[in-house]
Amino acid sequence: MLRRFHHTQPDSFEFSEENLKWAREQIAKYPEGRQVSAIIPLLWRAQEQEGWLTKPATEYVANMLGMARIRAYEVATFYFMFQLQPIGSIAHIQVCGTTSCMICGAEDLISVCKERIASIPHQLSPCERFSWEEVECLGACANAPMIQIGKDYYEDLSRESFESLLDDLFANRKPIPGSRKGRFSSEPQTGVKCLAEYENGKAKFSPAVSLARIEGDQ
Amino acid sequence: MLADQDRIFTNLYGMGDCTLAGARKRGHWDGTAELIKKGKDWIITQVKESGLRGRGGAGFPTGLKWSFMPRNSDGRPHYLVVNADESEPGTCKDREIMRHDPHTLIEGCLIAGFAMNSNVGYIYIRGEYIREKELLQVAIDEAYDAGLLGGNACNSGWDFDLYLHHGAGAYICGEETALLESLEGKKGMPRMKPPFPAGSGLYGCPTTVNNVESIAVVPTILRRGATWFASFGRENNTGTKIFAISGHVNSPCVVEETMSISLRELIDKHCDGVRGGWDNLKAVIPGGASVPLLPKSLCDDAIMDFDWLRDHQSGLGTAAVIVMDQSTDIIKAIWRLSKFYKHESCGQCTPCREGAGWMMRVMDRFVSGKADIEEIDTLLQITKQVEGHTICALGDAAAWPVQGLIRHFRNEIEDRILQEKISV
Repeated sequence: MLRRFHHTQPDSFEFSEENLKWAREQIAKYPEGRQVSAIIPLLWRAQEQEGWLTKPATEYVANMLGMARIRAYEVATFYFMFQLQPIGSIAHIQVCGTTSCMICGAEDLISVCKERIASIPHQLSPCERFSWEEVECLGACANAPMIQIGKDYYEDLSRESFESLLDDLFANRKPIPGSRKGRFSSEPQTGVKCLAEYENGKAKFSPAVSLARIEGDQ
Repeated sequence: MLADQDRIFTNLYGMGDCTLAGARKRGHWDGTAELIKKGKDWIITQVKESGLRGRGGAGFPTGLKWSFMPRNSDGRPHYLVVNADESEPGTCKDREIMRHDPHTLIEGCLIAGFAMNSNVGYIYIRGEYIREKELLQVAIDEAYDAGLLGGNACNSGWDFDLYLHHGAGAYICGEETALLESLEGKKGMPRMKPPFPAGSGLYGCPTTVNNVESIAVVPTILRRGATWFASFGRENNTGTKIFAISGHVNSPCVVEETMSISLRELIDKHCDGVRGGWDNLKAVIPGGASVPLLPKSLCDDAIMDFDWLRDHQSGLGTAAVIVMDQSTDIIKAIWRLSKFYKHESCGQCTPCREGAGWMMRVMDRFVSGKADIEEIDTLLQITKQVEGHTICALGDAAAWPVQGLIRHFRNEIEDRILQEKISV
């Protein structure tokens, strides 16, 4: 699929001090002379720093790894998680639209995105705080339909629960990730049918949701 | 139902303690050094005798795959690479291992690494699984701190380093040679085989690529014995297996069950049945997006294992069961998979790059009915021209769901085309 860098690019890019240190640690994971292996993690960190992946950032990472710029452009344009244009400053909503989610109502979620954010994917909302896209299977099919925002999955959605999730985001509140039907993780909604001995001792939130809450200071 | 004491993944839902201490309480990392000291040959023989077949989709015998690695190094390092790029639509099983029971995988990596003379392992996790990546990294760090990884890992006398690497959203990187390309910092485009990875894989060195679940079950197999594992399921289809059931069931879930469980038992016992009752079932995709669907008539007696499903022109794949009830627009459901494959084709081979788009565009018109009856055979012919004519299996995977649809639901496509013609 043809993907290009955005027509308007910033002048330059540099890793923050903390990210630079992190990047050097990543490069050390690979054998001597194979530092190019670190390109995806480094480009991803650059995207996390800037919000989207800019051309100067791609070139900066290419220089850091001692590789030809064209090889870095190839990677940046090949992998779909690299956002090659600005995204919403509060949230870029990625709605899974593949079959399991589609037959469980993902199309409703997409129509909500069209109504409330922008009529087409990858376009900023008028307030520039939101954008959305339909993505391919995110691998949470037993909790369909679901969306990803940043690092987190929001699962078992319906039109109503997705609308209220958006209400929270529009009001600058970070919603709690995870199931919207009260499930802990991927157990049956009607209760566990095996491994019941762990059910009583379980924490309030699943490990992934707990991580998000620690980071979000909720 | 599989008894709790026979489950390998006892923290599948993450309700127990996910830390190393919790994993140890559940029996993981128990006597790992002693297992390693029994030697490479013993480990590989046990894995072979257990009948374990790869859990990533193709079902290749894991022990046999391991034995393809050169016995002695010619000076090149050996690599273990774990395929955690779980992207097959419908599949969400490895995710539960990595975020809730990560020590099964880490212990498995050490043992597998030792068995294949590898001192370094890489786990390639899909980029979208960010929380899973963070949780798995916490577990790897814990293992290092406890001396279970690194020099003289787990006091076994074997040095083993394990690194976590991530992708950035490309389904094709689940194909083992595309994964290796991606891990080398390139576009994920599959390589021609031969050479196979066991001869020349990562950085041109002998490499074995295994699915997460295949590796994570190994420590328990060694502790409880190959015969224990082989006691589940039918011959040639042994062991326990994690199933992920999604779609139109009352309670979708992920669950570990015995191989060769009947589809009906799986759905009725674990998912509270099909929405609206068994008779409301229309079709099931039993093994992730790339396997042909089963119509209800075949679902009644379906057995969830490699051989039964292959014999009925489908496949177990990743054991990702997508259930569709009578309300489903089956043509549209398969069209969405065609759209998926068009999106994910890496573009390297012409039959797949072009064919996936053709298939999707014909399917577009089947969904609306704006097509001619003859085009059903045209589409079938296109699928045959893609299938088997590409470097990797993505072309096949794009062709099979469409072939399954035409095989079992040709009437429905014809009806829709005729309805559309009448209404015009």
